[in-house]
Amino acid sequence: MSKHKITVTVNGQPRQAEVPARLLLVHFIRETLGLTGTHIGCDTTSCGACTVLLNGRAVKSCTILAVQANGGEITTVEGLAQNGKLHPIQEGFHMEHGLQCGFCTPGMMLSAIALLKQNPNPTEDDIRWGLSGNLCRCTGYVNIVKAVQYAAEKLRAER
Amino acid sequence: MAEINGLGKSMKRKEDARFIQGKGNYIEDIVLPGMIWLDIVRSPYAHARIVNIDTSKAAKIPGVLGFITGKDLEKYNLHWMPTLMSDRQMVLPTDTVKYQAQEVVGVLATDRYAAADGVAAVEIDYEPLPVVVDPFKALQPGAPKVREDKDSNHIWHWEAGDREATDRAIRQAATVVKQRIYIPRIHVASIETCGCVANWDPINKHLTMYLTTQAPHAIRTVIALVAGHVGLSEENIRVISPDIGGGFGGKVPVYPGYIIAIAASVLLGRPVKWIEDRSENLQADSFARDYHMDCELAADGGGRITALRIKTVADHGYTDAAANPSKYPAGLFSICTGSYDYRTAFTEVDAAYTNKPPGGIAYRCSFRVTEAVHAIERMVDILAHERGEDPADFRLKNFIKKEQFPYKSPLGWEFDSGDYHAALQKAMDMIGYRELRKEQAEKRARGELMGIGISSFTEVVGAGPSHQFDILGIKMFDSAEVRIHPTGKAIARFGTKSQGQGHETTYAQILAQELGIPAEHIKVEEGDTDTAPYGLGTYASRSTPTAGAAAAVAARRIREKARKIAAHLLESAEEDLVWEVDRFYVKGSPSRFKTIQDIALAAYTNPPPGVEAGLEATFYYDPPNMTFPFGSYICVVDIDRGTGQVHVRRFVAVDDCGTRINPMIVEGQIHGGLTMGFAPAFMEQIQYDENGNIYGGNFMDYLLPTAVETPRWETGETVTPSPHHPIGAKGVGESATVGAPAAFVNAVVDALWHLGVRHIDIPITPDKVWQVLKAHGAAAEE
Repeated sequence: MSKHKITVTVNGQPRQAEVPARLLLVHFIRETLGLTGTHIGCDTTSCGACTVLLNGRAVKSCTILAVQANGGEITTVEGLAQNGKLHPIQEGFHMEHGLQCGFCTPGMMLSAIALLKQNPNPTEDDIRWGLSGNLCRCTGYVNIVKAVQYAAEKLRAER
Repeated sequence: MAEINGLGKSMKRKEDARFIQGKGNYIEDIVLPGMIWLDIVRSPYAHARIVNIDTSKAAKIPGVLGFITGKDLEKYNLHWMPTLMSDRQMVLPTDTVKYQAQEVVGVLATDRYAAADGVAAVEIDYEPLPVVVDPFKALQPGAPKVREDKDSNHIWHWEAGDREATDRAIRQAATVVKQRIYIPRIHVASIETCGCVANWDPINKHLTMYLTTQAPHAIRTVIALVAGHVGLSEENIRVISPDIGGGFGGKVPVYPGYIIAIAASVLLGRPVKWIEDRSENLQADSFARDYHMDCELAADGGGRITALRIKTVADHGYTDAAANPSKYPAGLFSICTGSYDYRTAFTEVDAAYTNKPPGGIAYRCSFRVTEAVHAIERMVDILAHERGEDPADFRLKNFIKKEQFPYKSPLGWEFDSGDYHAALQKAMDMIGYRELRKEQAEKRARGELMGIGISSFTEVVGAGPSHQFDILGIKMFDSAEVRIHPTGKAIARFGTKSQGQGHETTYAQILAQELGIPAEHIKVEEGDTDTAPYGLGTYASRSTPTAGAAAAVAARRIREKARKIAAHLLESAEEDLVWEVDRFYVKGSPSRFKTIQDIALAAYTNPPPGVEAGLEATFYYDPPNMTFPFGSYICVVDIDRGTGQVHVRRFVAVDDCGTRINPMIVEGQIHGGLTMGFAPAFMEQIQYDENGNIYGGNFMDYLLPTAVETPRWETGETVTPSPHHPIGAKGVGESATVGAPAAFVNAVVDALWHLGVRHIDIPITPDKVWQVLKAHGAAAEE
């Protein structure tokens, strides 16, 4: 198995590693870097639990090789709070009860951030379609939608 | 001073902080020094003889450390394990496989990639055997036999009620409606799959088992029973259930992978991690439902229900590995008489073996209650339509009345409390029922298809009273241990295990209410068998009815001791003290008081003479009865004649779960439950072809609702406290999953009844609806 040196910026920190060509980005994040907030929920790119931001876009890290992320910037759930202050999306999920078991939550939040970047003032339908690559089994999505609306409002106010 | 946040407060959840910051601790996050990986070779056949297993090529793969087969386990008599239902289940096969995706060989390797390489390189020769996947065929003479160790494919017969009286009542009825209803096999598909890390310490003969389990103590006992003969002794087994990414019943059973991981850890002396892939989870973990029900409901000339008869064939797969209470092989199916007042019913269930993975576990439901509710709520709707009566009015006419509670049901339950009329009336008011009926009539005149469906369910949850309920002989109590610290803060531990329900918050709120200590100062712990008191775990909506009750009673015991301490501090007689919110004061002198914090400090610094120091209590709560949450749901659908697509326009859910501990969390549970009612009604189904090949074995084929398909839920409430529960709570996690599917089907059939449509089995897919429309000449041509 050939090995490759890669350099990525993860949550603002440069990280280097030598990785096998077939190593999935999600395993690189979870096992090589030890950032276990990114989860794995399926093997068909369906559930979105592994969603991270790669160069600002929401991607399913189970379907990208670590070597493909070489030179890129990655944001995971661990990188959302800044200086002990929660990101508005984290605050929204807490305040609107947008999570129950918490397993899909990191991926949901990162998809929501990518959505709000493209569309700072989404309708409910925009939010539902924007999160349609992420499955949640606990919440019925009602409060996830509210959490995203909460964050959207807060982010617009901060602008 | 922090807010107390007792009952009825929508306090934000205490557990959220770690989950929103990526600091949850789920099974896959656990990494131990020297840990290796287990992966599993699975059978491509649904029934086959294993001719030869060749691991020689796999053994040469770098990183592959070894293999475990059924023959290896047979040496230790660990190749079979008992199920909770007096049956047995293979850990690994020694000669034949019984279902597609069955575990055949465990492969151990230094990392997950090497383990997967090893799995791919193991070569197994099979000789296919005849397969039976249809339970009706399985029960016919001459059917292929699924189990060599059994006389036939018939597992058991169970019945309840009065057969003769029911036959007579149905013969004499003015109207009888009949319907075959199939509730298909589905899978809970929690977003986290199952897994474990087994860590055997050969020096101390101690096993630590990190495990995705809803019932850590019960699993510890099962491990001791399964493997006691090879040296696993219960005092040396510690089961730790970390954060659980959804359970819904799928994390109650003991899966073969767990036992293989333990065996591997014992044999190799290293920690062994096994995490299922989603495909393995969907293809091999226990399934729910698979009930074929022949239902008959009878009424007199005035439209009063007189009798119910249901004959069911249950498909359990190759073993009965359900997780029902021991005396209830068909679970609590006898709740099937529903919310209605009549005296005569009979139901029987015959269970069959087929070449499928084990079935019969729950899907966010208390032991077969969804099947029962679906049957009665469909039949009531069919009967109302058949008689030309409005389905709401028909229900209101036949409901058990408020003043009839406690109500003895014809199949033996004592419904503790209810007000069914109020719940349905509220739902009708919220949705504007009468106006919708007018709109429907106008639309029908124009040829548009609109339907309104009602489901007025009664659940039975909170298993359960010790004289009826046990698992492996262990009574189904649950427990709380509460310790108050000198500074007036507390820790409480429970035998249950949250999988998203928010126990860290709600249990703290119960204790806050009883003790006056702010909920944020009460730490709740679950899931470690070394520290938590013994309990049967979280499923079947039992946590609040059992452990929640235990918390309240333990707190009241603490308060009784606190009274003694307060009397000592206030130099007053105990009987002269009055408890209010967070303090005892002297009757008539509210300014002479001691708070719970004062009392806690004194318990350690200045206990009264003759009173034991400290302030703590442990209580094992044995419920006197089950609880009976209920509700009424109304759904409005519009059907596209061109595509068969059903659009859920509105869905109103009025739930009565008794006292609401945290209304925010209750509502969240209902939203989630409704979505898991929507899912099987419209999308989810596991099917098999005649050779036992699974359809729906991954998330590409087994469709969970996303935010796009999921309707916008509207919720309402009535509150009828349980008279026997210490805080009047009934449990709510599953009500909506149980009640919702019938409302959807009733709405769809209501839209189509005038065309001659009487029933559609779930899932109601666009294709199925379009076929029905076409058959009744109602499909749009263009």
